[in-house]
Amino acid sequence: MPDPRPIVLRLQNITKRFGALTANDAIDLDLGRGEILALLGENGAGKTTLMNILFGHYVADEGTVMVAGDDGVLAPLEPGSPGAALAAGIGMVHQHFTLAENLTGLENIVLGTESIFRLSRRTGPARRKIGKVMADSGLTVDLDVPVSRLTVGERQRVEILKALYRDARILVMDEPTAVLTPQESDSLFVTMRALAARGLAVVFISHKLGEVLAISDRIAVLRGGAKVGEMVTADANRRSIAEMMVGREVPASRRVAREPGAVLLELAGVSVAGAHRRTLVDASLAVREGEIVGIAGVSGNGQAALAALVAGLERPSGGAMHLFGAPVTRHDPGHFARAGIARIPEDRHHDGVVGAMTVAENVALEELRQPGFQRAGFLRFGAIRARAEAAIRDYDVRCPGPDTAARLLSGGNIQKLILARVLDRQPRLVLANQPTRGLDIGAQTEVHRRLLAAREAGVGVILISEDLDELTALSDRIAVMTGGRLSETMAADTLDRGTLGLMMAGHRDEEEAA
Amino acid sequence: MIRFEPRQNLSPALAIAAPVAAGFVALALAAIPLAFAGAPIVEAYRLMVEGAFGSLFAFSETLTRTTPLILTGLAAAVAFRARLWNIGAEGQLYAGALAAVAVGSGLIDGPPIVMIPLVLLAGALAGALLMLGPTLLKLKFGADEVVTTLLLNFVMLLFVQMMLEGPLQDPMSLGWPQSAPIIDSAMLPPLLGRMRVHSGLLIGLVAAVAVAIMMRRTVWGAEIRAVGENAPAARYAGIPVTATMVRVALISGGLAGLAGVGEVAGLKGYLTSDLSPGFGYAGIVVAMLAGLSPLGVVAAALFIASVFVGADSMSRGLGVSSYLADLIVALSLLCVLIGGFITRFHIRWAGRAARTVRP
Repeated sequence: MPDPRPIVLRLQNITKRFGALTANDAIDLDLGRGEILALLGENGAGKTTLMNILFGHYVADEGTVMVAGDDGVLAPLEPGSPGAALAAGIGMVHQHFTLAENLTGLENIVLGTESIFRLSRRTGPARRKIGKVMADSGLTVDLDVPVSRLTVGERQRVEILKALYRDARILVMDEPTAVLTPQESDSLFVTMRALAARGLAVVFISHKLGEVLAISDRIAVLRGGAKVGEMVTADANRRSIAEMMVGREVPASRRVAREPGAVLLELAGVSVAGAHRRTLVDASLAVREGEIVGIAGVSGNGQAALAALVAGLERPSGGAMHLFGAPVTRHDPGHFARAGIARIPEDRHHDGVVGAMTVAENVALEELRQPGFQRAGFLRFGAIRARAEAAIRDYDVRCPGPDTAARLLSGGNIQKLILARVLDRQPRLVLANQPTRGLDIGAQTEVHRRLLAAREAGVGVILISEDLDELTALSDRIAVMTGGRLSETMAADTLDRGTLGLMMAGHRDEEEAA
Repeated sequence: MIRFEPRQNLSPALAIAAPVAAGFVALALAAIPLAFAGAPIVEAYRLMVEGAFGSLFAFSETLTRTTPLILTGLAAAVAFRARLWNIGAEGQLYAGALAAVAVGSGLIDGPPIVMIPLVLLAGALAGALLMLGPTLLKLKFGADEVVTTLLLNFVMLLFVQMMLEGPLQDPMSLGWPQSAPIIDSAMLPPLLGRMRVHSGLLIGLVAAVAVAIMMRRTVWGAEIRAVGENAPAARYAGIPVTATMVRVALISGGLAGLAGVGEVAGLKGYLTSDLSPGFGYAGIVVAMLAGLSPLGVVAAALFIASVFVGADSMSRGLGVSSYLADLIVALSLLCVLIGGFITRFHIRWAGRAARTVRP
């Protein structure tokens, strides 16, 4: 039974080419009043381009954007004009918030709507209007404190209020849950439902299939610039969507039961006194051969300190750290790498590769001083290139060749390059910090497969992730980090999303209450 | 509206053409102040070219000027590659000269085969040590090396003056603040008969080739590039960032110190406090003109030296100020910076046909 909703947005035959690349290929899309449409697609599928056309940042080569006016009649939107898009009631909540941190919520919301020729500011009418928007939407936030003092969830509410204040009838949300706890996500979904019930049309862009299934009315899937499918959410399931996105069958990552071996890494009451949000307090953890230990938690709760400790970047300020059965005396990244820890950094662009250097040099970066790659201080380019060619082949790194500058690679291929660099050295322990963040499903599957293969081979893995689906699918045991503290590990099979979410949020509630 | 889009890959031809074009633009722009000074412009340019390249003697003078610029240019290029902003080549040059005089003006005597390497080593060591301090302060406490190295230049110059009026003053100088002369066996031999160009030029060329090989072919070079381009990633990969920075500091300071040795032991024969007309600072321009390429430094040093020598001869011929040379050097730095920006980006006039980077 198709919904007889009035159409508020119609994209017709949208085509956009960048040189030889067709980013959007004759896309047709309708959005009804009060509908939540999930827009799905891998990186590079054309989601961002499509939204940029909608907002007038790009001009489509072909096709038109039609928006319903106040009378409900569809009229073409002036192309290439963000002002026209705003005036037509299109609002956007970006993944990375666009708020001025030193201004209050109120100031952020009215920013840009005031005349620049007025010297004084009268906040009365604005405050009344925001009050009404808050009452209607059920979104509440303290308007009079600087945004820098708001939590991530509250900032997002300010972003949504900003769009609603401008009378948005169509709201585009770009991966809105990426920064939220499961509880905050749930509360966002309640809000989205309420807003939709009042007639707001929502385009929800996400990677997380579980959320898409939970919140959307309809799903549109883009692949390679074209719309490859559209379905009513009630008829869809996780597997069918994933396959539509990737265009082939997605092998499920399965963990085979396996008895863990000797302890590789042992932390006993270890603290790290790092800078703000980089502290680890009295953490105890053991990682054994052939198991994956997952570390769950909302970003910024001490995962960075734990990762820095295991990567060799930070030294403990207290407690005992044993590695491969011996106490650690030398905290040095190079030493840890040579000792057999494969380290996958959280920020692969910032900490993972030197963008200006070639793929070959980046593959060899950890081993420049190893005898295989140098003789008397002179690099052996033959050996380095051969290693890089093997890495490109075995790890399917898509690049023109080993002499390409690493910065020209996509995020997924940079991650494959790092995997090749660290996993090809027969490590005994793997530190994977947010290894699939920002990757598309194909690359995610590849990372998961590699981590599971390492586990099969008897390697111990520490998997730090914010993606609960990933953690529960891969980990044997999971510990939760809150406020720099690490919980006991629990068998992953006994944990569900709700329990984990409560543990992740637990400490923060205590903090707010205190 | 203008859009700037980063170029994917800079072609080698463009990387060379851009600074060459910038040099010519700078020379062309010099016509404006020349016109203001009332000089006949065509004649002025002719005198400049003739002054720098017009005869074997003119060219040998240009090469004499090129010699220290190659070494200070290399000093800046190596350091800047690692994002170590050594602005102190001027001071390191004086430190090198001072050490060469201290060792080579009679303290010890020996055959040239001993003495020449000895003064070179002493000079390089002094320059290197002078750069070590600011680098350690940067690594330990985060002290900005731009400030510390720049200020050390003045400290070093005053120290040289103090030494020239004290312990190192030549007793035969009748009170002039100058050092005792370098002994003959420690002097760098001249290259062309009675002309001033000396074998310091060869040292500069060898150093340029050696630095080029080091940067491209060795573990050290790869580590320096990694640290300079992305220090966090280098550190994460286990590259010893501190050791690399110290190594760069020593190489950079050492090269600048060698420039000082060349000036006293190749050219002047004794040390005065006006040994360098700013070779250390000009080295920064040379390095930027060269795009930090060690072999490019040689070409850029030749260009800057010919501007100085040519402008000198022009100012003598026409009676305009020789500060014009400084002006051209400054203009060429600006032109190179602008040119570098232009070559890194495609400039597009946005319209309907505006192309944008793939999201």
